[in-house]
Amino acid sequence: MSRRPDAPPASARVPRFSATERWAHRATAGLMGVCVLTAACLYVPQLAQLVGRRALLVTVHQWAGVALPVPVLAALGSRALRTDLGLLNRFGPHDRRWLLAVLRRDGRRASRPAHKFNAGQKLYAAWVAGATLVMLGTGLMMWFTHLTPLVWRTSATFVHDWLALTLGIVLAGHVGMALADPEARRGMRTGSVTREWAEREHPLWADELMRVPGNSRTRPARTGPRPTTTDSAS
Amino acid sequence: MGRRVLLGTLGLGALGVVAAPALQRGMEAFLGGAAQRDPTGLTDLLPNGGGFRYYSVTSSVPHKDAGSYRLTVDGLVDRPASYSLADLRVLPRTRMVRDVQCVTGWRVPSTAFEGVRLSELLDAAGVRAAAGAVRFTCFDGAYSESLTLEQARRADVLVALRMRDEDLGHAHGGPVRLYVAPMYFYKSAKWLSGITLTKNVRPGYWEERGYDVDAWVGRSNGRDDEPTT
Repeated sequence: MSRRPDAPPASARVPRFSATERWAHRATAGLMGVCVLTAACLYVPQLAQLVGRRALLVTVHQWAGVALPVPVLAALGSRALRTDLGLLNRFGPHDRRWLLAVLRRDGRRASRPAHKFNAGQKLYAAWVAGATLVMLGTGLMMWFTHLTPLVWRTSATFVHDWLALTLGIVLAGHVGMALADPEARRGMRTGSVTREWAEREHPLWADELMRVPGNSRTRPARTGPRPTTTDSAS
Repeated sequence: MGRRVLLGTLGLGALGVVAAPALQRGMEAFLGGAAQRDPTGLTDLLPNGGGFRYYSVTSSVPHKDAGSYRLTVDGLVDRPASYSLADLRVLPRTRMVRDVQCVTGWRVPSTAFEGVRLSELLDAAGVRAAAGAVRFTCFDGAYSESLTLEQARRADVLVALRMRDEDLGHAHGGPVRLYVAPMYFYKSAKWLSGITLTKNVRPGYWEERGYDVDAWVGRSNGRDDEPTT
């Protein structure tokens, strides 16, 4: 690859998430947090004993749950989000290498190539989206008890309970990884990351940014890999 | 590919709903066994992990003991009464061992309850002919329940003082709770403080929020649990 002379220095910041994406993330995280907290207070005996107020907690839990997909759906108008969803959806050969390296506990950067999102982030995004919809569906079956036959409802409760536990563990992993990486958090908070971080964590993405200097003002190239866009168009 | 993972998760969720009855039976059997040998109590936190769950509709519930507790019987009766804990403790006791079934799904097998038959207190108060139902109020300040007079006179309806052969603790509705063996457990009002004879049934706390008033286990609330009596 030929580096252009006007490529920004390594300390420069590169845009990662648009304002719309960040707000969608914040709103989703907030609603998910409300769901998890109210669920814990309804479910864990010690917390239930501390908090009480069951009728209120149930109402808050139900409405936060129903609202959970709204921020992302509302943000679909943003080209940046749609582009990122496209990137999350597409798995390439490097993602296979990344996953294999994880399975072999190979921690070397070189064996874990990643574009804007690594394979783990792609799997997480897809699974959490699916799990959220399952939680929504089973939750609605428990809420509107007279819409579905009885057997379904008992079964929905079973799936809702166990998936909640799984989702809680996976979310804890998501938050834990964010806590361990301040620059990744800064990316979600401010929208940009250092070029150094991008080259270290997402080398394929950083390479592509290099080839499209001043990318925030550049239209996607007609040929070649699609660059990351920002929200300037939306 | 990401889309396939998403759809796969959805598919697994749907499959889970279909396979749930079988999975649930297996899980209950396994966790029931594990809970017996689990000193940490962590299995209680798992779905179907067994054990009671604490439900309260208020933010905090006052504590009452032998000194401060009173149970009043009033309404359409000839002889209104107020019982202290000591008064209740000298009355004839009944002990029953039945499963406890919550309308949210959890079931605690073979749980001993001991107390005074409600019919005993009703007879002592002299129920007037106009009375058709019994309303229960609680010292948490919010919860209420009700039974028809016929249901209230059943031999398996107790004013419970003991559970699992121990005095009822605060978390389980102590010092005194109602125990309606054949019905879902929300009928067994915790922290019982008032028994009022009324003309007609007045829906209780959860019943105003959609639960059935006649809450027979297995025949109400759209559920088909195995009856507890």
